[in-house]
Amino acid sequence: MTSLSQANRIEALPDTFVSDRLARRKLRHVQERIIEFVLFLAACVSVATTLGIVVILLTESFVFFQQVSLWDFLTDNQWTPLFADAHYGILPLLSGTLVSSMVALLVAIPLGTIIAIYLSEFAPFGVREVAKPFLELLSGIPTIVYGYFALLFVTPLLQKLIPGLPGFNLLSAGIVMGIMIIPTVSSVSEDAMRAVPMALREGSYAMGATRFQTAIRVVTPAAFSGIAAAYILGISRAVGETMILAVAAGMQPNLTWNPLEPAATITAYIVQVALGDLPHGSIGYQTIFAAGLSLALMTLVFNVLGHMLRKRYRQAY
Amino acid sequence: MSEQTARLESIRALIAAHKRWDLVFATVGVLALMVGVLTFVALFAQMMIDGAPRLSWDFFTNFPSRKPDQAGILSAWVGSTLVMIVTAATAVPLGVGAGVYLEEYAPKNWMTDLIEINVTNLAGVPSIVYGLLALGLFVYGFGLGQSILTAGLTLGLLILPVVIVATREAIRSIPAVIREGAYALGATKWQTTSHHILPYSTAGIMTGVIIGMARAIGETAPVITIGALTFIAFLPAAPFSGDPPAGLFDWVMSPFTVMPIQMFNWTSRPEAAFHQNAAAAGLVLVVMTLSMNALAIYIRYRLRKSIKW
Repeated sequence: MTSLSQANRIEALPDTFVSDRLARRKLRHVQERIIEFVLFLAACVSVATTLGIVVILLTESFVFFQQVSLWDFLTDNQWTPLFADAHYGILPLLSGTLVSSMVALLVAIPLGTIIAIYLSEFAPFGVREVAKPFLELLSGIPTIVYGYFALLFVTPLLQKLIPGLPGFNLLSAGIVMGIMIIPTVSSVSEDAMRAVPMALREGSYAMGATRFQTAIRVVTPAAFSGIAAAYILGISRAVGETMILAVAAGMQPNLTWNPLEPAATITAYIVQVALGDLPHGSIGYQTIFAAGLSLALMTLVFNVLGHMLRKRYRQAY
Repeated sequence: MSEQTARLESIRALIAAHKRWDLVFATVGVLALMVGVLTFVALFAQMMIDGAPRLSWDFFTNFPSRKPDQAGILSAWVGSTLVMIVTAATAVPLGVGAGVYLEEYAPKNWMTDLIEINVTNLAGVPSIVYGLLALGLFVYGFGLGQSILTAGLTLGLLILPVVIVATREAIRSIPAVIREGAYALGATKWQTTSHHILPYSTAGIMTGVIIGMARAIGETAPVITIGALTFIAFLPAAPFSGDPPAGLFDWVMSPFTVMPIQMFNWTSRPEAAFHQNAAAAGLVLVVMTLSMNALAIYIRYRLRKSIKW
């Protein structure tokens, strides 16, 4: 701000008074403003990305919904856009997405929470120092590698336990997806637990509570909204996960609530269409944007919920 | 007297019972961690057993082929490398610029709030949605086609939030004294930023960039969505080659394939021989992403130890 007022003063003087030095200052001031503007533009790219996503999904879906009514989309229980007898009901894809996400959460939430409580309240310093980077590495493995693992390691293993399990199934994809999400759940929950003030723990210990009692009855409730935010983040990752499901759960839309069956998810369907070559502008091409819009809306709801919960726990102390 | 002893005994028993729960839970915690460790070991072992025999010089220098024992990942790793160059060229300047703007320049107003909320939300958008954005905007809107440029831009946007957040955190850890010292000597804002803030935050920014790139190199879904081909048996033109001579950057418009897509292609084939190729490609991919992540973790560890303002 000071450089701005100086620049104004320079402008107020007659030209002859402006020495070389002051002229350089003025030039530098212009440079500063240009740089600030360029940096501002860089920051705006992220907003433009969001706008781009919204505009593309809405316009392409709009074309789709001119040909298929919203009612059919939400209630028809068949999804066969590429067949001669085309049906456009999102329910089969939605059921695949929800069942696989449920399986993933049944794995990730208990294990992630236990790991978070253990690392935050029980683990000695050395274990923490090793376990945290390890979990981070685990979340850095590409999802296609997890997909390979689900299809060629976990599924054969499960087939020995559950005879008659098909080669593609939601169960094995869901389990592997759950393991993939554990680091997300555990690290966000652990951050929330560590944000609980020490005084609460000290109070609890002073009353004669054990470590376990303190962790379960004092720290966990105090960090609850942060832990819930971690769960919601996990849900949002599970719903948006693509490659594990495309590889291990099959690509056949199937309205089922049974994790032992193969079924396509919203994401797997998009991959399937993208792998073929549908002409740009055909109804089949537009279906992936309608599917993508449903997916984006679902994750948006979860993300907003998680954001609100996290904000609450930040304000708590 | 004996009544007192009995009470003492019962209290001791109670305490012991509760303390036992401590032990039980600590064990359960270690077991839960072990699930992660075991998965990692099983995943690595499975790929080693299946894939390691396929790893040879030929595997890196052969194009994909219909014959599994002759197929290699030449076009895939070259494609991945080129896409990563475009990704870095997109995400690093934009991400660092945005991070610097938000930390050093941004006034406190609704626009800044909007950008901040937006960055948080973008980090939660599923990667396949970025693929749809790129399909609608880059492939058809801008007419860039299914090129290296499209893929690089898409992945660049995808990892932008990672780079922005890392930049902001690195800048935020620099004490105000540094800025005040520079301003006191008459430096302008940009001089302060470019001579002091950026150099001091380089290591922190680097961790973010490396983690982002490790994520981008393993991303499959957005690249498949833009319609990248799964079978490519040629390399993009080298700079200044061909007839008429190509320019320095002609390769950005070339069709391509990347490592994760190659692996996906081999995984989804029924023949076991191709699964071995998938395992070998996966091994290369995992070693690449893990070493990048490990490097980032190491830089951060060094940073935490060495910096004393």
